[in-house]
Amino acid sequence: METQVIELGYALDTFYFLIAGAFVMWMAAGFTMLEAGLVRTKSTVEILTKNIALFSIASIMYMIVGYNIMYGDGISSLIPGLSFFIGGDNTAAEVAASGGEIYYSNMADFFFQVVFVATAMSIVSGVVAERMKLWAFLAFTVVLTALIYPIQGYWSWGGGILSDLGYSDYAGSGIVHFTGAVAALAGVLLLGPRKGKFGPNGQVNALPGANLPLATLGTFILWLGWFGFNGGSELKVSDVGSANAVAQVFTNTNLAAAGGVVAAMIVSKLTFGKVDLTMVLNGALAGLVAITADPASPSALLATVIGAIGGVIVVFSIVGFEKIRIDDPVGALSVHGVAGIWGVLAVLLSNDEATLGGQLAGLALIGGFVFVASLVIWLILKAVMGLRIDDEQEREGVDSVECGMEAYPEFTNK
Amino acid sequence: MKLITAIIKPFKLDDVREALGTVGVKGITMTEVKGFGRQKGHTELYRGAEYVVDFLPKVKLEMVVDDNLADQVIEVVTNAASTGKIGDGKIFVSPVDEAIRIRTGETGSDAL
Repeated sequence: METQVIELGYALDTFYFLIAGAFVMWMAAGFTMLEAGLVRTKSTVEILTKNIALFSIASIMYMIVGYNIMYGDGISSLIPGLSFFIGGDNTAAEVAASGGEIYYSNMADFFFQVVFVATAMSIVSGVVAERMKLWAFLAFTVVLTALIYPIQGYWSWGGGILSDLGYSDYAGSGIVHFTGAVAALAGVLLLGPRKGKFGPNGQVNALPGANLPLATLGTFILWLGWFGFNGGSELKVSDVGSANAVAQVFTNTNLAAAGGVVAAMIVSKLTFGKVDLTMVLNGALAGLVAITADPASPSALLATVIGAIGGVIVVFSIVGFEKIRIDDPVGALSVHGVAGIWGVLAVLLSNDEATLGGQLAGLALIGGFVFVASLVIWLILKAVMGLRIDDEQEREGVDSVECGMEAYPEFTNK
Repeated sequence: MKLITAIIKPFKLDDVREALGTVGVKGITMTEVKGFGRQKGHTELYRGAEYVVDFLPKVKLEMVVDDNLADQVIEVVTNAASTGKIGDGKIFVSPVDEAIRIRTGETGSDAL
């Protein structure tokens, strides 16, 4: 009887893990629609291509080497081990003998983790939109998903140095979102803004996104997927304690997004005089990113406040990046980077085990390593193949250069 | 015969079309156009940055009518398209030398 209960628990937790992973996979659709909505029509096909390609490359690279680097036996707390290809799974005898210690399938764990890598890479995609060469981007995807992301992931979730330092990051405000944003920042510094984004006298020009219904749909898809992202990160649902924790995580995740929306709406109304939908969408996502580092400990009210502060931060951050002439068409640096930092620090509000030192060490180590490693890769790519399409091609649109087709062939507005 | 070209606000299209029907205009060509006059463009806001929309959407109606109908057409278009606010549009009248119905070869007023 006891074996059967253990097996049932194993099956349930594995099932929960897989479904959560499938939800996170669907976030790829969310990022794709959000980005497709916030770029101009002439850059739509390329951003769609990039998103489906990066998801696939991330899946393959993480299977070949990334997962093993992140979760394999390390050489030291700083240097992960190197091995290739994901391994076998638990046998029924092993599960029964563990007495419930082994409670989900290894392959389910791989599946859940792999979709997080793709999320980190999706963040880069939006920031460099409309002007980066497709193949330079895809080459970077290979390195980020095979090496950069797994190495810093090993430090925390893989049991390395950040885990020793007490860095607390439940579902990855830092490990996933901040990482993606920092990698993107390194790229965009070398890439430069889209032509026409900034005028010669410092003025900021609007390059309005082509399709706000798509951007809104993408945001809702991400919001839905986030229940898997955060909810799945509890890793277990088959006892009362875990089930309650998962329910708390769902509730907090939802409320943080809601808080982000309302805050961004009010701030944009007060600052610009109008409610800017794109800011509201970014507010939802900033709320979600902010709660991701700890969606389990805060009360529902505190989760709403954490999300709302994310929503306030994101509006000023987006305007701030434009002031320093960094062009981020979708606002991902602010949503995932700046709100990610806030999320990592917000853990201290409700989680007694987290320490300021641990959280700051996490941000410093992840930020420093990812920035330097990404910058080196971007520099190599720039030297070897160039990062940017030329000016005439950019005016024509990255779609026609890289893909040779238009997203809306009957209505293209050059 | 006169060619009457009316550039009006898009939301007034149905009213104008209905009014022209009552005075006996038998055909209208309609084009969606963009432009500016004294109204100029207007500014919009995107993520905190203002941008100028130079050309506003308008509807252009073209119709050729007999000389004796021209004044009446001008009057009904003026009434139907008017809101009293800036940007209501303009009407241009020009002479037409000839009109031919392609199907039958009729010419002049018979072709209208």
